[in-house]
Amino acid sequence: MMEVTVISGKGGTGKTTLAAAFASLAQNAVLADCDVDAADLHLILDPLVEERRDFLGLKLAIKDEDKCIDCGRCLDHCRFSAISEDFEIIRDSCEGCAVCQLVCPEDAISMVDRISGEAFISSTRFGPMVHASLMAGEEASGKLVAMVREMARKVAKNSEKDLVLIDGPPGIGCPVIAAISGVSMVLVVTEPTLSGMHDLERVLGVAEHFKIPSAVIVNKADINEDNTNKIRTYCSERDVPFLGRLPYHDSATESMIKGQTLIEHVDNPLAPIIKDMWNKMEEILSE
Amino acid sequence: MKIAVASGKGGTGKTTVAVNLALSLKKCTLVDCDVEEPNCAIFLNTSMQKLEEVRLPVPVFDLDRCTYCGKCADFCMYNAIAVFPEKLLFFQDMCHSCGGCAILCPENAVTESTRKIGEIDHARIAELDIYQGKLEVGEPLAVPIIRRVKEYAKDHSVVIYDAPPGTACPVIDTLKDADIALLVTEPTPFGLHDLKLAVDVVRKMNIPLGVIINRDGVGNDCVDRYCEEEGIEIVMRIPNDRRIAEMYSNGIPFIFELQEYREIMLQSYWRIYQIAEAGP
Ligand code: SF4
Ligand code: SF4
Repeated sequence: MMEVTVISGKGGTGKTTLAAAFASLAQNAVLADCDVDAADLHLILDPLVEERRDFLGLKLAIKDEDKCIDCGRCLDHCRFSAISEDFEIIRDSCEGCAVCQLVCPEDAISMVDRISGEAFISSTRFGPMVHASLMAGEEASGKLVAMVREMARKVAKNSEKDLVLIDGPPGIGCPVIAAISGVSMVLVVTEPTLSGMHDLERVLGVAEHFKIPSAVIVNKADINEDNTNKIRTYCSERDVPFLGRLPYHDSATESMIKGQTLIEHVDNPLAPIIKDMWNKMEEILSE
Repeated sequence: MKIAVASGKGGTGKTTVAVNLALSLKKCTLVDCDVEEPNCAIFLNTSMQKLEEVRLPVPVFDLDRCTYCGKCADFCMYNAIAVFPEKLLFFQDMCHSCGGCAILCPENAVTESTRKIGEIDHARIAELDIYQGKLEVGEPLAVPIIRRVKEYAKDHSVVIYDAPPGTACPVIDTLKDADIALLVTEPTPFGLHDLKLAVDVVRKMNIPLGVIINRDGVGNDCVDRYCEEEGIEIVMRIPNDRRIAEMYSNGIPFIFELQEYREIMLQSYWRIYQIAEAGP
């Protein structure tokens, strides 16, 4: 079974639109939305939830007021500013490390599970989909990404799918690392803008750091042909396959408003280009 | 006055708004808190001076003292340590620097050192100060860098934070001391969906807010309707103007060439100021 993650270095490059288009091309895949902070894939794929599970993120420290003697050791040792001056635990800052519990002489602190979000297994018109939602302000999105991937792999195994197609999170931090570690390939969607090129460099750096093969797609390529060509050259210098360029076209927004993928959206010039990219990607994967 | 420019997700034009607003105001401080992908400096066409390295504590294991009892590994909530009969492995990427292992080791085999996770850079253009936090590639922890970079602007009078995308910890940390949150969105279903998530967070934190619609005209009126229902003011609209997109792609702030927008920015700033003053 293969895993492919679509990432972009940053949001708004059309990553999810492309991931959805790929989802409608994939014949035998499980889809996983790992952009857990701002999951959007469901807006196009319209999943029907069949199973849901709590996501337990970090632990949370709680204090037994009766046992606490206000010695202040927890405050001295907490490195996350999660203990207030009057020795109360600040839920939003607690990273669940348990150091306060460790140093408390009165055994007044215990660590409890903290429900930080939920994950779903759903069905869509293109096959099974695993997605999640993180409660606002909760951390550990890397861990939730790992949970979504794990669930997607199980679904794939049980239903004999040969591909897990992952819509990845933006950025290069913890969630991205969790979304790409160990996958067969990452597809980087970028824009021909200076910031897009800068982000591309960083995100390819992350892929390289974890030794994952990558390929690049330029979206809105005609906004700046010069930059698109530069990206192309840059890719060939770095030996990263360049899957193609998509022109800027209103059908990307139109299809989103209709809840369709670009492949389903009739008569749009982007569909054949995306099909071609998909074929190229399959070729690379089969090597 | 601290203004956080945020958005449920990236690519909505957050950096464009932050940079152009800062340039319109001329005299202010811009703090790039999007430490995973700091982009402000690209638009300001300036090279940055490194101010400091951000370092975090990491444990160092003295294997001559270690008896491989495994207590540190049992304790570590982030699975950063694995202990086998004659072997101890430490996974630096997973470590949150809590320091627990050093406190707990019965053999005093754990001490602490530090490692670099990023840096803080600075530039000054006329009366505009720019601070940027930058996360090292391959490092997962953005929050300590955000906290550090914000320190520099603590006492400045007008500060604009370019927030990271999303609704998780890095954004919350950016928003923490903001007097107002400006949420940049696009008028499309994706834009609306992400905006709602961001509004939730900002309201939970009890921070006044305003919405900025970017690429106005590209989609439908779903964002307008939502803002009306929720009583959220739309403080600025940036039209879907191809010239703006092209300038963006070349890293040029649009107020440089489309002078009329500077006026619009300044008017919006006045509204932003009033909303912040009025409180949540
Ligand atoms: S707690 Fe100390 S002695 Fe025990 S395995 Fe860890 S480093 Fe070694
Ligand atoms: S400092 Fe904390 S997070 Fe890091 S290895 Fe030690 S116990 Fe684990």
